[in-house]
Amino acid sequence: MTVIEMRGLRKEFVVRVRAGRWRRTKRTVAAVDGVDLSVAEGEMVGYIGPNGAGKSTTLKMLTGVLTPSAGHVSVCGLTPVPQRTTLALRIGVVFGQRSQLWWDLPLRESFGLLRHIYRVPAADHAARLRKCRQLLDLDEFLDTPVRQLSLGQRMRGEMTAALLHGPKVLFLDEPTIGLDVTSKQAVRSFLGELGDAGDLTLVLTTHDLADIERLCKRLVVIDHGRVVHDGTIEALHERYGSRRRLVVDLQTPLPAGFAVAGATLRTVEADGHRVSFDLESAEAGAVVAELVASAEIRDLSLVEPDIEDVVARLYAS
Amino acid sequence: MGELRAYAALAGGQWRSVLSYRASFAVVLFTNLGGTALDVFTVLVLFRTTRRVGGFTLAEAILMVSVASTAFVLGDFVFGSIERLKTYVRAGTMDAVLVRPLSALVQLLLMDLALRKVLRLTLAIVTLVIALHVNHITWTVPRALLVVGAPLFGAVFFGSIFVLSASLAFWWVDSGEIGNAFTYGGRDFTAYPVTVYHGWFRAVFAYGLGFGFVAYQPALALLGRADPLGLPAWAGYVSPLVALVAAGVAAVVWRAGIRHYRSTGS
Repeated sequence: MTVIEMRGLRKEFVVRVRAGRWRRTKRTVAAVDGVDLSVAEGEMVGYIGPNGAGKSTTLKMLTGVLTPSAGHVSVCGLTPVPQRTTLALRIGVVFGQRSQLWWDLPLRESFGLLRHIYRVPAADHAARLRKCRQLLDLDEFLDTPVRQLSLGQRMRGEMTAALLHGPKVLFLDEPTIGLDVTSKQAVRSFLGELGDAGDLTLVLTTHDLADIERLCKRLVVIDHGRVVHDGTIEALHERYGSRRRLVVDLQTPLPAGFAVAGATLRTVEADGHRVSFDLESAEAGAVVAELVASAEIRDLSLVEPDIEDVVARLYAS
Repeated sequence: MGELRAYAALAGGQWRSVLSYRASFAVVLFTNLGGTALDVFTVLVLFRTTRRVGGFTLAEAILMVSVASTAFVLGDFVFGSIERLKTYVRAGTMDAVLVRPLSALVQLLLMDLALRKVLRLTLAIVTLVIALHVNHITWTVPRALLVVGAPLFGAVFFGSIFVLSASLAFWWVDSGEIGNAFTYGGRDFTAYPVTVYHGWFRAVFAYGLGFGFVAYQPALALLGRADPLGLPAWAGYVSPLVALVAAGVAAVVWRAGIRHYRSTGS
């Protein structure tokens, strides 16, 4: 079942640019420029792109914060802006840089207030809170005012806040931004568990590709308001020709004219004492066997393709 | 019903937040009292130099200023916190408001409970009661209704002006003080008999924008005085209509503003 549907979605902003002392010229900029995307129930979708690519703008149109300039959008069968309050009951939203919590109140009270705001039956609320407390280790700071929480603690609170009304779809806008390694891991494994549980649909924007590698089978890359890739991470590697690389340190320099079918000699360093091969169809073992026959190997390593590189190349193109 | 409980919970949360800074709340509470006291004081000072202002005696002028300030303070109490909208738009707090299953306007009003303005409201009402006493009003049923209705509808009117001028922030984040010309400027205009103003200024503010029907006309009707400017006696009773029109315009502009909301980066 399709939970999120976007067709030809556009959002334009009018930007006024100073042109001389008094004059200003108007320019229309499309932050989101014709996005078509549909997300099925239970999917976990990672949404990435450089700064200003239109990730947050898209998310804000899906949650009813911004009105689209053109195109069609529906979430849980509802049109976000006109049916904003109905939709709000069915979705959870975590904005990494906006808080849903009450700054001056203990975390526990924020949760209590949210129960009333979302009109959640007390038993359901208690059950969900218990689960989050356990999975996110909230107990030690549940009675601390939000303004005194660390960023990592607050983010765990924000995530609980977004889930207490049992949403069907969870939107996360850069949930790991600014977090330290441990907190990032806590957030990721929590989201992973949510995803494994099944029926929750999850859309996540991030700059941290590790989030996506850990969590999302489906990756959507957006740049200049357009979708430039939609598929698995493997498909992205395949499409942009990222390969595993074999790096070999040799005792004796590599003989000239050395070649293996299915692998390309990529770099030769240190007078031929260090070489690297991109592995296309050949197995690493086959290349090593050929090498052993013509030179003495001191050390070798196999480098997995790096998604950061792929994405950096994608942005640059 | 569920929604009302939700708003009540929001208000309760805000109240507890305010009380987490008790000392600061007490200070603000008393400094706020100054505002209303000053309004009345200005009128008193004015009458030390002259016996009549705009053809009205001190007692009559006090009635006008007290109706005006009760209406304004009540409107400010309920709607005044919407002035912070420009901060919320700039900081992106508005995003968090819009993803909750409640009215954005009511949430914003409750985000800054104006409890500090309670003393001001009390003072305004006390002044109104005193003004009613010193004027020897001949009470009738319509006048009794008017004395309650005028401040209430005046409050709706000022509330609409607050919402309207705050909505400017949806279009211009830097709307700055433009809105204040109509809210606080409107209050100051309403505090004096309309007869002290002249020409296009009077035409625009008193009749075009409707400020003349908030305190001046109802006060004339309470006093049983004919309008020196020639409006018929029923003009004292049209403040509900004026308030309704203002509220309608405010609602339309507010909705358009929400649709126009641009949010801020990530």
